Amino acid sequence: MKKIILITIALAGVIFSANAQKIKGSDTVLPLSQKEAESYMKANPSQTITVTGGGSGVGIAALIEGTTDIAQASRKIKFDEKQKLQEGGKTAKEVVIAYDALAIVVNPSNKVTDLTREQLEGIFTGKIKRWKEVGGDDLKIVPYSRETSSGTYEFFKESVLKNKNYLNGIMSMPATGSIIQSVSQTKGAIGYVGLAYLNKDVKAIHVSYDKGATYTDPSAANAKNKTYPIVRPLYFYYITASEKAVKPFIDYVLSEKGQKIVSEVGFITIK
Amino acid sequence: MTSSTDYTYKMKHLRRIIERIVESILTVSGAITSIAILLIVVFLFKEGFGLFSSPSVEKGYVLCVNADNTIEHLNPYQIKKIFDSEIENWKELGGADEAIALFRFEEIFNHYSDEELGEEYSLLPEKLGEVIAQNIGIIAFVPEKYAPKDINGVKILPIESITLSDFFGGKEWMPTSTPSPQLGVLPLILGTLLVSIFAIIIALPLGLGVAIYLSELADERTRKILKPAIELLAGIPSVVYGFFGLVVLVPIVQKTFDLAVGETALTGSIILAIMALPTIITVAEDAMRNTPRAMREASLALGATHWQTIYKVVVPYAASGISAAVVLGIGRAIGETMAVLMVTGNAAVMPHSLFEPVRTIPATIAAELGEAPSGGAHYQALFMLGCILFLITLIISITAEVISKRQPNKGL
Repeated sequence: MKKIILITIALAGVIFSANAQKIKGSDTVLPLSQKEAESYMKANPSQTITVTGGGSGVGIAALIEGTTDIAQASRKIKFDEKQKLQEGGKTAKEVVIAYDALAIVVNPSNKVTDLTREQLEGIFTGKIKRWKEVGGDDLKIVPYSRETSSGTYEFFKESVLKNKNYLNGIMSMPATGSIIQSVSQTKGAIGYVGLAYLNKDVKAIHVSYDKGATYTDPSAANAKNKTYPIVRPLYFYYITASEKAVKPFIDYVLSEKGQKIVSEVGFITIK
Repeated sequence: MTSSTDYTYKMKHLRRIIERIVESILTVSGAITSIAILLIVVFLFKEGFGLFSSPSVEKGYVLCVNADNTIEHLNPYQIKKIFDSEIENWKELGGADEAIALFRFEEIFNHYSDEELGEEYSLLPEKLGEVIAQNIGIIAFVPEKYAPKDINGVKILPIESITLSDFFGGKEWMPTSTPSPQLGVLPLILGTLLVSIFAIIIALPLGLGVAIYLSELADERTRKILKPAIELLAGIPSVVYGFFGLVVLVPIVQKTFDLAVGETALTGSIILAIMALPTIITVAEDAMRNTPRAMREASLALGATHWQTIYKVVVPYAASGISAAVVLGIGRAIGETMAVLMVTGNAAVMPHSLFEPVRTIPATIAAELGEAPSGGAHYQALFMLGCILFLITLIISITAEVISKRQPNKGL
């Protein structure tokens, strides 16, 4: 009986969404797209937008296959994905809808407040093993990371580790919440989380990308004026040919109202 | 009169037809279930064994070096070390004394603009060839489609498959490492076994103790309250156990043993032990209570004490039930995913002690399958992990079957 109901709902969903827009992709962007879609649908009751997650890769693959109208991504489209689009005779347009900053967090009892990118690379690739080496107590460093499936994991690897691999056997946590939980419990811990997740249980590190000349703390203001270095854009991708259909929604996201939602969700606005 | 017989005859006939239909439905559903299980196993192994024909470098890409380079062959581990800048000179790999220069494909766009690369990147292979030919120490990671084939000064390293020894003997699990994924499952297998075996070591004495207490010592009222309470434990979702473990157990373990991290194999074992307890208790207790009353009374009549009766008569009689309890407990421990994922820290290192983070097979599959590109080496490696898990549980159930058959009511 349950199955029948589920199938009916699914079928109904397919029929009703036939002339609606679909957004698919990154789980990082998901809460933002969802909020934007809700508020957009409230303003335009005739429109329906369905938002699903699955990861940036999944979203772009769906865009290539034509099963979604907009792909949301927390990374730039990759070269071979662009190739696949070209092979299908399509081109994709890219829109930056918001920025996301990654904060490096440690346990509040940790004395260390500043780290350079080189030091962070050393810590996360396993070359620096004790806090003493970067000016802290004589304590073992316990680095926490996200799971490999996460876009955040890839971005951190690119930006901070310069594409080197994480140390063998890094602690990998299934969600940002568990990184915060573990860092707040473990004295020697260090981890990275989205700016929106910062709270008083953990301490954010000031980061320098210029070998220690200036250290900046991760705040929305610093991320916006580009002084904080670990910032990534969040993208919407759509097929150029279907621009007409998706443009109203994207314009809405980029409008003042849409950007207000961006800061409400905890990301950084584009302007 | 005739109509009445006719009616009964019809009813009988109808009943027989219904019985036939029910019978065939049962047969069909039985057959479908068996076929489905068989298909799942076949599918699992088919996907898994595809791994050994996958290239050891990311699919669709090749590695190129300068033609003057004497290196002919690199294994996945060496490739990883090169791209992590841990090996910085070709000398270390048996080549010439020349510093290694890393070149990732995207860098070509810093050297040349899209216009210089021609329509649909037709000039790309040529330009890549130029870059590689100019630099003697270079190793370039480029898409096969744009690889500078047949260009002087460039040597493309042969594409090799992932070998059995890379997979089963490898000690590093870094499936998303580029250009060459590290798919060593040894740490995962050992992690799974360590956590599960220790969980059973904790759960078995406790579980049997409670089972004996419940079936032999507790009075009826205590039993009526305790048994449903324990059965309720089995119904708690594993995420809730995991959450409890992360928030409560992890800090306790960390403080008690004065460790740097609380997410350890031990924490996972304790959580698994708690989760396996209800199964072990219920099954073992049922088996013990099934000991015939006559047997207990005979033992007592011979002058055995209550305690002697328990361990000379009741426990041996229930031996097969108890071993079933143990197998179900181990099965639960080995296959458990969510709780372990949350409390063991998931670090893919070779486990040296109970007080270090470990990564188990089910946790790896759950955490990674969602994002592994379907059909790729990572995806197939995860299926291979599923096969390994399947084989482990198969071996355990066969062993248990053999053991319980070999000692039928020993001692009676």
